[in-house]
Amino acid sequence: MEPMPTSKRCSPDRVSGRPGWWLTLVLAVAAIVWLPPAHAAPADDTATAAALKAALTGLSRAGFNDKKAAVDNLEQVRSPRRVVILKALMQGNLCYRKSDHRVVITKELSDGFQLYAADTGEKLGKVGMRAVHTIVINNDIRIALRNKIAELSLADPNPDVRLGAVRDMLNHMTPAMAKRLRQYEAKETDGAVRRLMDIALALVDSSSPDKSARLAAVKVLGESMDPAAHNRLAQMLQKGDDGDYRESDPQVRAAARAALQSIRDKEEFYSVLQTSYFGLTLGSVLLLAGIGLAITFGVMGVINMAHGEMMMLGAYTTYVMQLIMPDDIGTSIIVAIPAAFLVSGLVGILIERSVIRFLYGRPLETLLATFGISLILQQLVRTVFSPLNQDVQSPSWMSGALQINSALSLTYNRLYIVGFALVVFLALLLVLKKTTLGLKVRAVSQNRSMAKAMGVRTEWVDALTFGLGSGIAGIAGVALSQLTNVGPNLGQHYIIDSFMVVVFGGVGNLWGTLVSALTLGVADKFLEPWAGAVLAKVVVLVLLILFIQKRPRGLFPQKGRVAEG
Amino acid sequence: MERRSVIAVLAGDRGGQALLGSLAVVSVVVAFLNLAVPASSALHVSSYTVTLLGKYFCYALLAVSLDLVWGYCGILSLGHAAFFALGGYAMGMYLMREIGTRGVYGNPILPDFMVFMNWKHLPWYWYGFDHFWFAALMVLAVPALLALVFGWLAFRSRVTGVYLSIITQALTYALMLAFFRNEMGFGGNNGLTDFKDLIGFNLQSNPTQVGLFVASAVALALGYVLSRYVVRSKLGAVVTAVRDGESRARFLGYRVEHYKLWVFVFSAMLAGVAGALYVPQIGIINPSEFSPLNSIELVVWVAVGGRGTLYGAALGAILVNYAKSYFTAALPNVWLFALGGLFVVVTVLLPRGLIGLGRQLRRRRQSPPPVVPQRTEEQME
Repeated sequence: MEPMPTSKRCSPDRVSGRPGWWLTLVLAVAAIVWLPPAHAAPADDTATAAALKAALTGLSRAGFNDKKAAVDNLEQVRSPRRVVILKALMQGNLCYRKSDHRVVITKELSDGFQLYAADTGEKLGKVGMRAVHTIVINNDIRIALRNKIAELSLADPNPDVRLGAVRDMLNHMTPAMAKRLRQYEAKETDGAVRRLMDIALALVDSSSPDKSARLAAVKVLGESMDPAAHNRLAQMLQKGDDGDYRESDPQVRAAARAALQSIRDKEEFYSVLQTSYFGLTLGSVLLLAGIGLAITFGVMGVINMAHGEMMMLGAYTTYVMQLIMPDDIGTSIIVAIPAAFLVSGLVGILIERSVIRFLYGRPLETLLATFGISLILQQLVRTVFSPLNQDVQSPSWMSGALQINSALSLTYNRLYIVGFALVVFLALLLVLKKTTLGLKVRAVSQNRSMAKAMGVRTEWVDALTFGLGSGIAGIAGVALSQLTNVGPNLGQHYIIDSFMVVVFGGVGNLWGTLVSALTLGVADKFLEPWAGAVLAKVVVLVLLILFIQKRPRGLFPQKGRVAEG
Repeated sequence: MERRSVIAVLAGDRGGQALLGSLAVVSVVVAFLNLAVPASSALHVSSYTVTLLGKYFCYALLAVSLDLVWGYCGILSLGHAAFFALGGYAMGMYLMREIGTRGVYGNPILPDFMVFMNWKHLPWYWYGFDHFWFAALMVLAVPALLALVFGWLAFRSRVTGVYLSIITQALTYALMLAFFRNEMGFGGNNGLTDFKDLIGFNLQSNPTQVGLFVASAVALALGYVLSRYVVRSKLGAVVTAVRDGESRARFLGYRVEHYKLWVFVFSAMLAGVAGALYVPQIGIINPSEFSPLNSIELVVWVAVGGRGTLYGAALGAILVNYAKSYFTAALPNVWLFALGGLFVVVTVLLPRGLIGLGRQLRRRRQSPPPVVPQRTEEQME
């Protein structure tokens, strides 16, 4: 079985990061909050600007006491820029220009700094490394800054900002901060922020001298999936340097142990879910690769070794679509789906008309001939494009992940693949069960001469069936282009897997293909942790080989006289 | 079964006689031209050519082994190269042990790649490979054992036709993945290489290369005669009957599985020998030998030559590989087009291969067409 294509551009652990989106929201909210007084009192506006300027000048002075005072002043200035400035100061990005002592925020480039005015945020152009002087702060100021930024963020009207602020505080809580946080917690309206605040408070309370507070804190921590809670509980159960437990009270220790166990159980549960998710996505890929083959192999009895190359053609169609519309990757993917279906379908019909129709009833010969075709197609792609892998981009709505909790995150691209595979599967099922073409396809596959006698143009049906199977392989190629490298060998990686799926599920049975694809995918991913990726595949293959000995016609064999032929 | 001499076995087999005759002539002439004629002479045959021809003979033996199961027994194995590679690995392991202290790390027992991977002990399955007789035994035993187990499972549960082809392909694919793993102890990706000598003969020296070439020719001849003996025997007749009507043969009271299994195991051993002779001439064995592509290419050699004739398979292997050597050197981009086209043309237009084409032409010239019943030419599917 082919290694699960690891997501190429969107790593699964990257949290739903759309900074542009929430930044816009923050700015919009800030603007709404800030604008009315600004409009109401333009005099007030100029006063604020002046105060901001004064505070910034204070910051660029040499002495730490001046800076401390300037920071305090800055906090009082009711400008939306203040958090940005404080954060820049904290991270060492706040500088002043040596030429005119103007305070700027720097962004490091490869050959210098990009400058932004600290008070207005306007772009000031690029300068060399030595044109600016970083405003240095000491630990005292740093602590004050951290508290101030946290407080300002906690008071922010946007819940996402508040959540971020609490998350920043989580790992270095001090009693003073806890006190402030408790006040905010009482006022907090957003559920998620409040829960995180509770955890932050519980982290502090877990080392409070009051036993009942510690017990309550342990209880709160036990319900959280946050790694900080997990670490803290584990820490409480460790022995310190003096040989005593960090947590002195046995009752609290017992509670902590139970809480830790419950977290671990939950983590285990979610990691099983995560593995199932990976298995499901691999299963969906196998399903996409397999259902086209289920048609050509299952319904027509043609062993199409060029099936993988049909997927490759679909993937290359996606690539070409992106070349045609480089500015709109999202649309190009959507357009690529019908385009890939057409390209692969037409090539399939061409192959059927030129080669396969001479070979019906001789499955081993179709295997050899289509293998030859697959070699030709690979070499064709190598000649036309290049032997190297092509870079196919993912649209932005496919990157990122749905973060359920720290143990479970569902990457969007895989989520789309799962949905897409099911849609394609259902569509194919509908075509076969509800349309005239589907009826004819089934009739021809069940009894060719009888169908012919009833006036079905079997040759025409054969060509269309093969085209349909190949077209679906093309669609699978579009999906694969989002998961794996697009190169001339793309098809080869999937051909054996595809056959395994069809043979395991039972030839000529689409539902069997569905069950077998998902089973194989999940089995592969569950074997992987203890056997390793390659060995897991070997094990799955060996199990399959053994399975075929037991049930030579797959999970759901065709019954009746048709199957005997 | 009565005992028959080689001459009796080959009586009436004009293709076989031609094959063995030309084999004898080519090996004697080439060996003479390489060893006795000075390099400056225009008649001198280079060592490169000698090794290349030896390689072709190994391929031809492999093709004969496949033709035995495909052409005569109707088992299209898409994993036959696995037996070839296993034989090759058995020989490779012996050659690795022969290196001894001459390796990069100079370890008297462990091959270089094990020292490199920080292994302290020789894995148990490497024991014994320091003796040539043991390695030679394993060259036969390992492929035979795999064929026995696999064939026993498959034939007993009556997996036939397409299904059998696909699971043989899965078998070789699984073996390839497994041998790619470094932990398997077969050198992983790089396989086994840097061989020094074979039973004391330096592999780089000219006489050794000629010796291996002659050994390949002899192995091919012996393999051919043995296979011919098998198909001419009563067993061969039953096997052919199984190919043409498996159920009928079963209803007549033959234990079909046993016959198929026997031929399959014998064929695997032939493939193993071919692999074992191939490795010292090529100087490397790695997991890509297991790749399903190799097995399918092998099927094409047999199809091109004409299956169900044995000598046709040998001819096909040599011709296709000669074409491969020529194209990959002269027109590398064209080779895959040519190979792919060959697959299509042979299956659609030449179902009996070149030998069948030759017969057809001859028949057209002679009228009336000879009505000699050719058992080997009967309908396959």
